[in-house]
Amino acid sequence: MTQSLIDTAVYAELAEAMGAEFAAELVTTFLDDAPNMIATLKQGASDGDADAYRRAAHSLKSNAEVFGATALARQARDMELSGLPEAAPPIAALETVYADTARVLRTLLDA
Amino acid sequence: MRDAPGRLLIVDDNKVNRLLMTRSVEQLGHTAAVAENGRIAMEMLAQEPFDILLLDIEMPEMDGFEVLEALKADPKLRDLPVIVTSSVEGLDNIVRCIELGAEDYIPKPVNKVLLNARVGASLERKRLNDEQKKLLDRFATVEVAEHLSEGGFAIGGQRLHATILFCDIRDFTAISETMAPEATIDLINTYYTLMFDAVSCQGGIVSLMVGDGLMALFGAPKPIENSARSAVAAAQDMLAMTAALNDERAVVGEPELRIGFGIATGEVVAGYTGTDDRATYTCIGKTVNLAARLEAHTKIVNRDILFDEETLHGLTDQTACTPVPDVRFKGFSEAKRVFAL
Repeated sequence: MTQSLIDTAVYAELAEAMGAEFAAELVTTFLDDAPNMIATLKQGASDGDADAYRRAAHSLKSNAEVFGATALARQARDMELSGLPEAAPPIAALETVYADTARVLRTLLDA
Repeated sequence: MRDAPGRLLIVDDNKVNRLLMTRSVEQLGHTAAVAENGRIAMEMLAQEPFDILLLDIEMPEMDGFEVLEALKADPKLRDLPVIVTSSVEGLDNIVRCIELGAEDYIPKPVNKVLLNARVGASLERKRLNDEQKKLLDRFATVEVAEHLSEGGFAIGGQRLHATILFCDIRDFTAISETMAPEATIDLINTYYTLMFDAVSCQGGIVSLMVGDGLMALFGAPKPIENSARSAVAAAQDMLAMTAALNDERAVVGEPELRIGFGIATGEVVAGYTGTDDRATYTCIGKTVNLAARLEAHTKIVNRDILFDEETLHGLTDQTACTPVPDVRFKGFSEAKRVFAL
């Protein structure tokens, strides 16, 4: 489970290249900012604003890739590529994978 | 040179990406400023100079494509190197960036080694470009430099309506024989400084300098409202400046300088002549010959400024103009009406 949520090799490389302290700061920023991105995505879905929806999914994907958050990146990428569907955008699925990812990221911060 | 730090502008709507890019750029020894979207980036670019733009594509308000288009349309920013850093999906989007003038594309998450190489190469190219621009400004006039950077260089010509001015210092060879070489060059440079000033103040460009002689173009490469009036005004300004110079020279006992001007207006062929390796912007044609003949004729009739009939037609105030006897110049089948000021 943890393996597919965060690719630890990617995270270790980030910490190595940028410094562990900076990597932690980056994670904190992401955990602060991600709820805003998810809110934007939800807003886009309810307004029928496909651009906003796609852009928010794109940002989530881009950030998830930075930390090696493989499952979140995959989910966000799928949503970016398929765009805003006519019915039932997979927002609940995204929120679940984000919640799981955030939990693992927090354990990395505490480590 | 390669190691000299650059100033980069990072444009990204995402907080994590801005932090990460800033840190990466600073680790490479450069300085960075950030903008949250394209609109803010364009405002910052108008305020201060940057060496490189690191540009995201997906952004609200003004996206990366729109930024690339705006840069391309702005002569001052057209040469700013742009490295697109994005996790945008689809090869066609990357191709579109390159087609819109982006120097390079780095996928996100950005690899630091790749970023270092791309930023280094872009900086080097930017500096080379800046050096070339400086050289171009030194050896060509601002107008020709602009003309070149707008239209590119191509051997070839176009027909234009323009006024050509020739001038030289009377008996300069005799004057210079009594002078030290340094003093001769010094005097010529003073003369050129004054003449360039007079010509450019009236919207003309100096196209040729040979010894103490000079050829100036009015109305090429860019059209001006009344090329004849501008050329005559430049000659008059130059005469006034020479009079002031002569006052100074008289004080130290140096001989008086006299300058003759020949001005003709009409159709010319303008363009870059020479070879691909070495060329100059100039005008050729009958109007140019006539201006040269008129300048030579100033010595014969002992007048400062001579011009042709078409130049006369361009002058709003013709009261000070007096006709001199018609002349049949070498290379012209008919006698020309000639006027003096």
